[in-house]
Amino acid sequence: MRLIGDLSAVIVTALFIFALYWMNDPKTARRGVIAGVTGMTIAVLATWFQPGIIHHGWIILAIVAGFAVGVPLSRVPLTAVPQRTALSHAFGGLAAGLVGTAEYFLWLGEPGGAHFTTFRTSALVVEVILGFLTFTGSLMAAGKLQEVRWIPQRPVTYPGQNVVNIGVLAIAVALGVILVLHPTAPWSGQVFIAIAALALLFGVLLIIPIGGADMPTVISILNAYAGLAAVAMGFVLDNKLLVTAGALDGSSGLILSIIMCRAMNRSFTNVLFGAFGKAQPAALKGEQKEWKQETVEGVAQLLEQARTVVIIPGYGMAVAQAQHKVRELYDALTKRGVTVKFAIHPVAGRMPGHMNVLLAEANIPYSALVEMDEINPEMPQTDVALVIGANDVVNPAARYNKGTPIYGMPIIDADKAKTVIAVKRSKNPGFAGIDNELYVLDNTWMLFGDAKAVLADLVKQFGSGGIH
Amino acid sequence: MTPTDFGSMLFVFVLATFIGLGVIRRVSRLLYTPLMSLTNAISAIAVVGSIVVTGADHPLTIRILGAVALFASMTNIVSGFMITDRMLKMFKKQ
Repeated sequence: MRLIGDLSAVIVTALFIFALYWMNDPKTARRGVIAGVTGMTIAVLATWFQPGIIHHGWIILAIVAGFAVGVPLSRVPLTAVPQRTALSHAFGGLAAGLVGTAEYFLWLGEPGGAHFTTFRTSALVVEVILGFLTFTGSLMAAGKLQEVRWIPQRPVTYPGQNVVNIGVLAIAVALGVILVLHPTAPWSGQVFIAIAALALLFGVLLIIPIGGADMPTVISILNAYAGLAAVAMGFVLDNKLLVTAGALDGSSGLILSIIMCRAMNRSFTNVLFGAFGKAQPAALKGEQKEWKQETVEGVAQLLEQARTVVIIPGYGMAVAQAQHKVRELYDALTKRGVTVKFAIHPVAGRMPGHMNVLLAEANIPYSALVEMDEINPEMPQTDVALVIGANDVVNPAARYNKGTPIYGMPIIDADKAKTVIAVKRSKNPGFAGIDNELYVLDNTWMLFGDAKAVLADLVKQFGSGGIH
Repeated sequence: MTPTDFGSMLFVFVLATFIGLGVIRRVSRLLYTPLMSLTNAISAIAVVGSIVVTGADHPLTIRILGAVALFASMTNIVSGFMITDRMLKMFKKQ
């Protein structure tokens, strides 16, 4: 039996590695899903048919319930994918935390406490802390992304916040050390519950000061935590498959976190402990420049005469659900021989790769989606840069204004295009609470309105009767 | 239960992390969102631990904790793989 278990673990690990390997190209990526599903099925069956498993009804019930919730969750609109992802990190954390809790009290109930080796109890403490903080932290993140009414969207900060947060975590870790030293003392059960409660609290406190623009990084970090919680569970249960699969998930979260942090020119600690909203809004020095507004007809004319157009989408496009209208504009322009490309900033949207998925949903070929580093050298030769619902990622102040919270963040060089058109819902500043200098440049024209409505009007200009 | 051979467990962890870093670094930047939902489904391998806790002959409260964990992992497996496939289907070259 042990042999079958080990053998299946090796096969499943190999399948998972192939699944991730095939993600290196959109052409092979769907094979990865098949490999993943196959691996997971083998893992579930090999575990289920072990001799010690007798309560099959319970397992079937939980699996059916998992399908009942999982299938609808996989059909959410793609604009809601960030909150679905956060929710699934929450489920992953919850599972780890609960299994850890169950194992602890199971072993506590057995005489002698022979299970509590230093290594295993330490892993158990790590599993429970990581699992439960990932659970509440991800729930908070999902709530913020879903714009649930009683969770504040804007970062909430108060004096001494970091001291409180780190203090709560420090107490949890200290109690963990006590538990490792005295796993079976009469009061150890209470200590364990206190650790779990503090971890749950810490998850909430950690996300309270986080704002929307930081979500791509925070979701990636929570992804890494969920993976590491699975690794810790593997240590506790002496299960190598949990360790390898958790490590794959953890390293994925780690790499994405690093990429997101680099794309914002910030460090991990800065994202987690340096609430974005706290930075002093930069006072615009000197004269307050005014923006120039353009009509839909005027913009249509500009686009029609352009040879190259670069569209820069941002979270505003997702909010307005404008990706299908963007596609219609893309079609209208390419039909007229205009070269249209999309410039994708790594942190545009609310999670890594968010814009790519939305544009792919609207049937825009992925060959037209260009990363920031590749598009920037082309920007000076671009006739029109069309900014749709993006703000901070095109703000030239990031290059030189040390007073702005976005200072040092690499941006898409929209301002270097010959003409800039910015579609913007309202005249309010962007997430970071700062004015965007792009909007008041001499070559920039503003188009105010809901992105979807504005683009629909624009597309109409290219239809019958408008421009020929 | 035999005492955990934590040396070999840490060994497995370190090697798996290096493989993970190597493989993930090559993932297409277009696919970061589906990557996250795929790894999410994969890390729901916690289902293995949940099945053991739920299905073995343990006290009732322990099995209830296990069943909730099993439900949570199963939700991630189902929704994770399904939404990954749904998104990947949308990526077309021309």
